[in-house]
Amino acid sequence: MNHYPLWKNLLIVAVIVFGGLFAFPNLFGDDPAVQVSAGRNGKVDLALMSQVEMALKAQSVPYKRVEMDDDRLLVRLVDADGQLKAKDVLSNAITGDYTVALNLAPTTPSWLEAIGAEPMNLGLDLRGGVHFLMEVDMNAAVKQALDGYASEFRTLLRDDKIRYQKIQVSNDKVSISFRSIEHRDLADEKLASEFSQLKVEVIEDSAAPSLEMHLTEVAIREIKSLALQQNIITLRNRINELGVAEPTVQQQGDSRIVVQLPGVQDTAQAKKILGATATLEFRLVDNEHDVQDAINGRVPANSQLYYHRDGRPYLLDKRVMLTGEHIINAASTIDSQSGTPAVSITLDGKGARAFSNVTRDNIGNPMAVVFIESKSETREINGEMVKVRRLVPEVINVATIRDQLSKKFQITGLDSTAEAYELALLLRAGALAAPIEIVEERTVGPSLGQDNIDQGFTSVIIGFVFVLIFMAIWYRVFGLVANLALAANLVLIVALLSMLQATLTMPGIAGIVLTVGMAVDANVLIFERIREELRIGNSPQASINAGYAKAFSTIADANITTLIAAVVLFGFGTGSIKGFAVTLSLGILTSMFTAIMGTRAVINLIYGHKQRPTLSI
Amino acid sequence: MQIMKEDTQFNFMGITKIAAIISILLVLISLASLFKQGLNLGVDFTGGTIIELAYQDEAKLDNIRSTLKTGGFEDAAVQNFGSIRDVLIYLPVKTTKNMAELSNEVVAVLQKDSAVPIDIRRVEFVGPQVGDELAEDGGLAMLYALIGILIYVSFRFEYRFAIGSVVALIHDVIITLGFFSLFRLEFDLTVLAALLAVIGYSLNDTIVVFDRIRETFLRKRKGEPEEIVNSALNDTLSRTLMTSGTTLLVVFSLYLFGGAIIHDFAIALLLGIGVGTYSSIYIASSIVLAMGVSKADLMPPEKAEGEDVNEDGSQV
Repeated sequence: MNHYPLWKNLLIVAVIVFGGLFAFPNLFGDDPAVQVSAGRNGKVDLALMSQVEMALKAQSVPYKRVEMDDDRLLVRLVDADGQLKAKDVLSNAITGDYTVALNLAPTTPSWLEAIGAEPMNLGLDLRGGVHFLMEVDMNAAVKQALDGYASEFRTLLRDDKIRYQKIQVSNDKVSISFRSIEHRDLADEKLASEFSQLKVEVIEDSAAPSLEMHLTEVAIREIKSLALQQNIITLRNRINELGVAEPTVQQQGDSRIVVQLPGVQDTAQAKKILGATATLEFRLVDNEHDVQDAINGRVPANSQLYYHRDGRPYLLDKRVMLTGEHIINAASTIDSQSGTPAVSITLDGKGARAFSNVTRDNIGNPMAVVFIESKSETREINGEMVKVRRLVPEVINVATIRDQLSKKFQITGLDSTAEAYELALLLRAGALAAPIEIVEERTVGPSLGQDNIDQGFTSVIIGFVFVLIFMAIWYRVFGLVANLALAANLVLIVALLSMLQATLTMPGIAGIVLTVGMAVDANVLIFERIREELRIGNSPQASINAGYAKAFSTIADANITTLIAAVVLFGFGTGSIKGFAVTLSLGILTSMFTAIMGTRAVINLIYGHKQRPTLSI
Repeated sequence: MQIMKEDTQFNFMGITKIAAIISILLVLISLASLFKQGLNLGVDFTGGTIIELAYQDEAKLDNIRSTLKTGGFEDAAVQNFGSIRDVLIYLPVKTTKNMAELSNEVVAVLQKDSAVPIDIRRVEFVGPQVGDELAEDGGLAMLYALIGILIYVSFRFEYRFAIGSVVALIHDVIITLGFFSLFRLEFDLTVLAALLAVIGYSLNDTIVVFDRIRETFLRKRKGEPEEIVNSALNDTLSRTLMTSGTTLLVVFSLYLFGGAIIHDFAIALLLGIGVGTYSSIYIASSIVLAMGVSKADLMPPEKAEGEDVNEDGSQV
C-alpha cells in the first residue's frame, strides 16, 4: 500500500493553489495608460486629478478611469490611439513641475493586488524599449578634480601672497613652479596643511623649485565613486525630464551605468539628452592683454584663449566666476528685448552670493558665457582603437556687466529655440560629473516586441502539447499524471517569476521551453524504473515504491549538475542571458517538486489503496 | 507503449573503436575549421551595429545599398531578415565617428529616401571594448562551468568519471562550435547561452548513465567491466531516447515557431542535445572503461570491503 500522509497531500495542494493564485495575474492584459508624476515642486492631489479629468473631457478623450498612487496619477485609456492623444492633451494642460509619460497599467483585479499578486515584468525585448550601457570616463573625472584643485591653489596662493610661476595640470598631478625656494617651502607648508587628500612632493631643483601634488589612492577612489553616483542622479533627472515611465538606472561594475527605458520611441532624442555633457561657465574677459598676442602663442599665465561661435577670439580669465552646478532652475524663453531665444536661469544660494559678489566688483567689465561640450571619438592609434575625448568650449555670449547680478538672470546668444530648450533641460537636470559614452545599445521596436511575445508563446504551447501527447502515449495513465505535473510546473515557474518580480525576456522563454523538455526527465527516470521493477516480478506497490526511491539520487545528481551550469550562466551573463539562467534554475527546482512529490501523490491516490492494481504504464 | 524491447542487448562497447574514430574525425574537422576560418562572430563579440528595419512593401536591397553608399556608409552590409520586407543592416566598428550615433544617421538617410515610414524593429550597438569583454567573460564562464562540474562529479563519483564527463562535454562543445564555424552560422550571446545549456543537458545525460554504471558494478558479483557498462547502457537506453526525444521536440518547436532571432539558439541546442546524448554513451562511458574502472573503485568508503551491498546497490 502506498499512502502519503495527509499533511503531504495538503502541502502539495497548498503549493499549487498558492502558485496558481500568484500566476493568475499574468492572464490579465494591460491597459494603455498615461501617468502624471510630480517633480520636487509638484504635488499629486485631488485638485490635480480633477484638472486631469477636466482636460480629458474637454478634448473628449475617452478614458476608463484615473487612479491616484503615492506620487503619481495613472490614467487608464481605452486604446493606444487614445493614449497618445491623452499624452498630448495632458502635456499641454498641466503646468508646473509634472512629468507626463506613456505607460502600461496591468488590469489585475483588486483582490489579487491586495494579496500582492502581480504579473511578471516583461523585458525590453518583449515590450519594446531601449537598453543603454554607458561608460563613465574616469580619467576625465580625475582630471576635472585636479583642475578644481589647481583653481583652488591659484586663489589660495594669491591670497597668501605666495608667488608662483606656473600651475600646470597633467593626467595625474598638478605641478606648481616657483621663482624661489622660500616661496616653494611656504607653499608646501600651506598646501600640505590645507589638502590632506593630496600627497605633496617637493622637487629638489635649485634652478626650478617646484611642487608636485598627487591624489592619494583613497582620494582617487572617492572621486570615481562620486562621479558614478553623481552621474546616476543626473541621468535619472534627465530621464524624468524626458518623461519615461518606469526607467531603470543602475550601476554596473565600477565605471558603468545601465539605463533601460521601456517603450521609448525617439532613441535619437534619448541618446542626445542622456549623453549630453553640455554645461555653462561664466568667465570675465581679460582686457589687460592683447588677444592678437595670444593668438600668436603668447597667452598670459592667468588667461586662456577662447573662440566665439562666430569665430571671434576672446581672452578670458582662467578663474571661473560660476559653473552650471549652481543652477537650480532653467527655462527656455524668448528674450523680450532682442526677440531671440534665451534661457532664464535661477541660482542656488551659494551660487547667487558668489555671483553677486563678483558682478558687483566688476560692473562695467565684459563677461563671457562659455558653452562647453565634450565630444568623444574613437581613433585608431598604432592599430589600437583608442577613445579620444575633446572638450569643445564655445563662447556664446559676451556682455558688459551693467548691474550686480544675483539669483535670477537670463542668457542669450543661442542659435535656436530648440537649442534653448535643450540647454534649459540639461541645466535643470544638472551636469554630468564626468563625461559618459554609450558603449552598448539594444533597442527593440514595439512591433518586434509583440512578435517576440507571440512567437515565444506559440513555441511554448506547441512544444508543451508535443510533450503531453508523447508522454500520454508512452506511459498511459502514468504519462497523464506526469502531464499534470508538467502543467503544475509551468504554473509554478510563472508564479515564482511573478513573485520575484523577475523580468521575462525572450531567452527566458527559451529557458522555460527547455525546462518543459527536461522536466519530464525525472518522470521518465522514475517510470522506467517502475517498469524494470515490474519486469523482474515485483508487486505493483513495491515497484512504485522502488521506482521512486531508486530514481531519486539519479534525479538529484543530474539536476544539481545542470544547476551548476545555470548558476555559472547567471554569474557571468548580461541581462538577457541572466533571464535564461533564472528560468532554467527555477524550472529545475520546481520540477523536482512537481515531478517527484506531485506525481507520487496523484499515483498514490489512483493506485495506493488497491492490493494488487494493474498499473497502466 | 515502449520504445525498446524489454531486454535490449546492444553491444555498445563493442563498437567503441568505430565511435572513437568518428568522434576524433568530427573533432579534428571542427578544430581545423575553427583554426582556419574561426567563428562567424556576431556584433556581441566583435562590436558594431545591427539595424533591423521593416518596410511596408518589399524592401529593395539594391536601392538601400546605393542610398547608404551615397550617404557615406560604404561598409554597410544589407540583407533580408525573415521576410522580404525586413532588412538587416550591419555596420562594422568605424573609426573617427561617434559610433552610438551611427544607427540614427543610417535610419535618417534611409527614411529620407522612403515615402512611407520605416519601422525600426531593432537596433543593437556594441562597442568594441564591450565586445571583447563579452567574449572573454563567455570563455571564462565555460571554463568555470567545466571546473564546477569536474569537482562535483569527482566528489559524487570518482575521478575517472569526472574526467569522462568533462572530456565528453569538451567533445560536445567543440563539435557544436565546429558546426557553427563550418557553416558560417552567426555566433552571438544567445548561442553562447545555448552552448552552456548544452553543457548542462549533456551532463545531465552523462550523470544518469554513470549512476547506472556504478549501480550495476555494485549489484553484479561478477562480469567484465565491459559487460557491466554495456548492461547499464542498455538499462538506461529507453530513458535516454525518451528524454532526448521530448527535449528535441520542444527545441524543434522553438526552432520552427520561435522566430528568426531565436533560430541560431535553437540550432545550437538541437545539435548539442544530439551530440550530448551520443557522447554520454560513446565518449563518457568509453573513457571510464578505458581508464580501467573496477568494482573496488566504486565501493562506498564507509562500508568495509566484502560487506554485502548487493541488495541495495543504489544507496551511496
